Amino acid sequence: MSNKQDRKSVAAAVEKGLARRKAKEKRFQRAGLAAVITALMMLAVLLISIVSTGMPAFTQTALKLDFHYDESLLPAGQTLNEETIRAMDFHGLVKKTLREKFPQVKKRKDKKALYKMVSNGTPYILRDMLMEDHALLGQIKSIWVLADDEVDSIFKGSKTIADSRLTEAQYGWVTQLVAEERVMTRFNWTFFQNGDSREPEQSGIRGAIMGSLFVIIVTLALSFPMGVAAAIYLEEFARPGRLNDLIEININNLAAVPSIVFGLLGLAVYINFMGMPRSAPLVAGLVLTLMTLPTIIIASRAALKSVPPSIREAALGMGASKMQMVFHHVLPLAMPGMLTGSIIGMAQALGETAPLLMIGMIAFIVDIPQGLLDPATVLPVQIYLWADVPEAAFRERTAAAIMVLLAFLVVMNLLAVWLRKKFEKRW
Amino acid sequence: MSTKDKATVGEDQHGIESEDTETVGKPLLAAEKSRMTCRNVFVYYGEKMAIDNISLDIGKNEVLSMIGPSGCGKSTFLRCLNRMNDTIDICRVDGDIKLDNQDIYDQKLDVVPLRARVGMVFQKPNPFPKSIYDNIAYGPRIHGMVDSKTDTDEVVETSLKRAGLWEEVKDRLDAPGTGLSGGQQQRLCIARAIAVNPEVILMDEPCSALDPIATAKIEELIDELREEFTIAIVTHSMQQAARVSQRTAYFHMGKLIEVGKTNKIFTMPSHQLTEDYITGRFG
Ligand SMILES: Nc1ncnc2c1ncn2[C@@H]1O[C@H](COP(=O)(O)OP(=O)(O)O)[C@@H](O)[C@H]1O
Ligand SMILES: [Mg+2]
Repeated sequence: MSNKQDRKSVAAAVEKGLARRKAKEKRFQRAGLAAVITALMMLAVLLISIVSTGMPAFTQTALKLDFHYDESLLPAGQTLNEETIRAMDFHGLVKKTLREKFPQVKKRKDKKALYKMVSNGTPYILRDMLMEDHALLGQIKSIWVLADDEVDSIFKGSKTIADSRLTEAQYGWVTQLVAEERVMTRFNWTFFQNGDSREPEQSGIRGAIMGSLFVIIVTLALSFPMGVAAAIYLEEFARPGRLNDLIEININNLAAVPSIVFGLLGLAVYINFMGMPRSAPLVAGLVLTLMTLPTIIIASRAALKSVPPSIREAALGMGASKMQMVFHHVLPLAMPGMLTGSIIGMAQALGETAPLLMIGMIAFIVDIPQGLLDPATVLPVQIYLWADVPEAAFRERTAAAIMVLLAFLVVMNLLAVWLRKKFEKRW
Repeated sequence: MSTKDKATVGEDQHGIESEDTETVGKPLLAAEKSRMTCRNVFVYYGEKMAIDNISLDIGKNEVLSMIGPSGCGKSTFLRCLNRMNDTIDICRVDGDIKLDNQDIYDQKLDVVPLRARVGMVFQKPNPFPKSIYDNIAYGPRIHGMVDSKTDTDEVVETSLKRAGLWEEVKDRLDAPGTGLSGGQQQRLCIARAIAVNPEVILMDEPCSALDPIATAKIEELIDELREEFTIAIVTHSMQQAARVSQRTAYFHMGKLIEVGKTNKIFTMPSHQLTEDYITGRFG
């Protein structure tokens, strides 16, 4: 065989192989693309379903009624003060107002149905208004009050009359109010101003948002400095050896421990042993610190490792001490990675439910927490709680709360990207 | 048996027998002439011996170049001189290294002032990812050599001038040092090293990552710096060694084979291994 022929056959073989190689590459690319599209589609389905369920929760129907703060509310001979206002019968006032508005309603059963048209938080709103403005006594005041969630559902179109629990009579009254322009659908501020409630139209996520905020603050304040310090020590100062290996293995294992275990640990240590209060953001923060520490340590160590050795040598060669080398040169370069890792850890903590159930955050808490020791709940737990309630209005609120939680997560991730961009330096 | 005979046993075999460990030439200098003195230095990486009994002096205001095939221990030896090997956990240094008659491996001696006295320039330019100004000011600042902004400004300016970089960067001292060209970066590193006014500057193949023009500039600079500093330079370019140094040391497999005046080493090497190396038979 001549050299020339040989070369030709080699070229042919390469050619043949090349086609196969290209086909293989194409197939692989297509498979990858298909995977991406599938994932995106699932994400889209999820988002669309959440948004479409949750959107109605952001609006709320209100009814305008004329309330007469009758002087007879105040027993004769008493002065108007906080105590006497508290003793007044505002439930009666609401009922009376409704009866006067719809004088045609006579039967007991119908009256009951009539009273159900407005939110049963209305008496308290009336009371608070009088508390604020004593001059209201004796006046007639037009007030927008929240409609009951069944009425609300009809207006927002999330229910038809057929599957609503509204009776024909109730529907008739609503229609009458609409005709008098006494019905309005407005942005649901209540949702962002109130804590949890048994009544859907009065329930909100303010309590959960505040709870989540406190928890995240505690978690961040503890886990970031501790995680970074631990990472710096392990990566830069600890002598390599058996002990160091052991620590490393344990940290990696901790990162893989199911989060509920941390909840049990928190229950045993912080609450039962140390006597901290249940449902407190402080305890939740401590538990989530345990949970996020490994993540932050691992991310921070990776960030430290990725700082080029030439920078360390440069610093040491200039006579910087090890500490100066770390804090002047290595840490600034590792910071973006550390911050990204920490924010991802925080995002995980923000979405965590299971361990918080163990420390009592599942309790039904109406008051908005004011501090680290007040009983509180957090967004994901609130979602979990609402998801369990059958009322349609709560189903909407569940989805709305998910949207709020997702919004927080997106903001945190954007923050991570922004910080990364801001601190990143070329070398 | 002469060294010549042995080397011809096999062209590829450049091992050295035990009786050859005696360094050829004049590794030692008169006490008043030497800046650094090294006696019986051994370096081990774990079990592996990287430097085998080297004794060598580095004179005041001289440029000593170290040449030899790669892996022969030039960098290792150089890094002993400012204790950069301390940063490698498995590395162990034995022997006696003195700077101005002071044992630099003394337990009581701190490496921080030592490294201020023995500066280093690395193979790959490694400016800090900070501004040009901060690169130069870093050393003086951490060693407390400057108190005020005017002091610092002055040090930055003189250092950049001495490194021949001032004209090129004086308008952009706030620009990042990493944005300069390779040659400029290396001169920035030299300026950074001389900003703390060291006695000795160690350079580990400072031009190996640079183009010929940048290399020429650095060589010129080294020649100028000799007036003020003692310089030990590792290089793989024999032309460079010939151009910049007064004395040359030839290393081979962890041993110091031959030391002498540069022009003598390159024209009349005494040892067969040196001759083989400079005539390009291996390396
Ligand atoms: N950090 C290290 N760990 C282990 N061995 C090393 C290390 N650095 C260098 N060595 C070994 O020491 C010997 C000398 O290396 P080096 O001083 O870098 O040689 P040169 O600079 O002359 O090319 C080589 O055999 C190398 O493998
Ligand atoms: Mg080297």
